[in-house]
Amino acid sequence: MKINTLRYSFKQGFINIRRNLLFSLASLGTIIACLFMLGVFYSVVLNMRHEVKMIEDSLTVTVFFEKGIDEQRIMAIGDEIKSIANVDTINYVSSDVAWKSYVDDVYNGDMNYVQNIFGEDNPLEDAASYEITLKDISRQEETVTTIKAIPNVRKVNSSDGTAQSLNSISRLVGYASLGLILILLLVSMFLISNTITIGISVRKDEIAIMKLIGAKDSFVRTPFLVEGVMIGLIGSIIPMILLFFMYDAVVDYLTAHYNVVANLIHFVSTAQVIKGVTPISLLLGIGIGFVASFVTTHKHLHV
Amino acid sequence: MIVLDHVTMQYPTGKKALDDVSFHINKGEFVFVVGSSGSGKTTLIKLLLKELTPTKGEITVDDKVYSKMKRKEIPMLRRKLGVVFQDFRLLRDRTVFENVAFAQQVIEKSMKEIRREVPAMLTMVGLADQYKQFPRELSGGEQQRVAIARAMVNQPDIILADEPTGDLDPRNSEEIMTLLDEINKKGTTVVVVTHNKDIVDYMQKRVIRLKKGKIVSDVEKGGYRNED
Ligand SMILES: Nc1ncnc2c1ncn2[C@@H]1O[C@H](COP(=O)(O)OP(=O)(O)OP(=O)(O)O)[C@@H](O)[C@H]1O
Ligand SMILES: [Mg+2]
Repeated sequence: MKINTLRYSFKQGFINIRRNLLFSLASLGTIIACLFMLGVFYSVVLNMRHEVKMIEDSLTVTVFFEKGIDEQRIMAIGDEIKSIANVDTINYVSSDVAWKSYVDDVYNGDMNYVQNIFGEDNPLEDAASYEITLKDISRQEETVTTIKAIPNVRKVNSSDGTAQSLNSISRLVGYASLGLILILLLVSMFLISNTITIGISVRKDEIAIMKLIGAKDSFVRTPFLVEGVMIGLIGSIIPMILLFFMYDAVVDYLTAHYNVVANLIHFVSTAQVIKGVTPISLLLGIGIGFVASFVTTHKHLHV
Repeated sequence: MIVLDHVTMQYPTGKKALDDVSFHINKGEFVFVVGSSGSGKTTLIKLLLKELTPTKGEITVDDKVYSKMKRKEIPMLRRKLGVVFQDFRLLRDRTVFENVAFAQQVIEKSMKEIRREVPAMLTMVGLADQYKQFPRELSGGEQQRVAIARAMVNQPDIILADEPTGDLDPRNSEEIMTLLDEINKKGTTVVVVTHNKDIVDYMQKRVIRLKKGKIVSDVEKGGYRNED
């Protein structure tokens, strides 16, 4: 397509939007509402996942061994644990290290004092362990069972289900919002399609003349595609700008007014939210605009 | 160049607007198609433009066989044909300049070409001063001249003019005919549908005469010869 034709298409596309302002605005409003909600849900889910991740990272599974097994056997157990798919990192804590951190915790690291009582003995002789972090905390139970089944493993300590339930809540919120957004997207698509149908019927005579004097289908069609894509594009940029300002404001408000929130939740930065959601928003907005106008023009212009 | 081979056009209403029409128009010819109202002249133009599909028979233009053409080829066919519609078919919301320029935009000409060719065309049909006016601000004859300018601006191989002098006074009619004659002399095939006796008599060109959808006569260098 020639540059001149492209310019023509853009001009006509905008003229279409202006002529049919009421419908264009209705479509635009719906898309904005829809993608703004997408942004809000995205922020919520992102923050929940962030929180889960932080909790998960602090959660470890500790594996202790039976008494009197040798180093080699411990290494073999380590290898076996590493081969479990859900295991993220594994760290060997020797009895010496364990004792040192115990001394740090309980006796404020006062080695002299400790030596007076215990001499050179290590009371935690058999407390060597592996500290394991998991990839997916929701599958913790399954993984623990697998580890328990390894011979010479005496005990496995694991954490409670806080992270697990938080994770499933964030997943639920994710699915619910996805459903809602999907419905709204369909509504926007329907509205854009209507807008374009009206645009086509208003220009019926003009289109007929164009075709009779040799316009290609693409020439007739492109202004309407531009119209749809423009509505989608504008409809995806505006909610991102809104989100940009509102996210900051909401986070500021929450941390200022609710101490609990400030202490408990570590909010994801605005930049991170916008960077994550903008491509999705643009893709959806432009995508709906394009698909709606493509299908509609196909139907009404017989192209 | 233009061949109609036993073409019949029956409208869905049952009306046979053309009935077994055959003729052959060579490249560079100037032909009048005459006949009383309802004899099928406009239907003939619509068939040539592929706006309608004949119920029987075959049309060939420039070796393009209409029944075998793909949808994609139609725009290219129409670009070869400059058509002056009986009802003008101007765009109401565009100025004279834009209406003529539109024909060039449609075939994707550059802005530079449009700025050069449209004013020249408007001067030729005597509308240079009124380029900014909208169709509703023009007389019937002026609108007709815009339609003519639009049909000719792309320098088509064939001009099909449906009553191009219908709303013009004798002087203007003669001017338009002279214009068409000049274009014809440069090699463009011209087919003019008309009621205008004087013009046909004066021009002394080939005349194809339709009556109730049938060809009743086809003479070289003829006059109108009212036989009705
Ligand atoms: N769309 C249509 N549906 C049904 N009948 C039609 C249609 N268009 C034209 N006709 C009929 O076909 C016949 C030929 O019409 P056409 O328009 O070709 O006549 P014409 O020779 O151009 O007449 P005029 O000189 O008045 O313009 C007429 O009887 C007309 O009523
Ligand atoms: Mg007619």
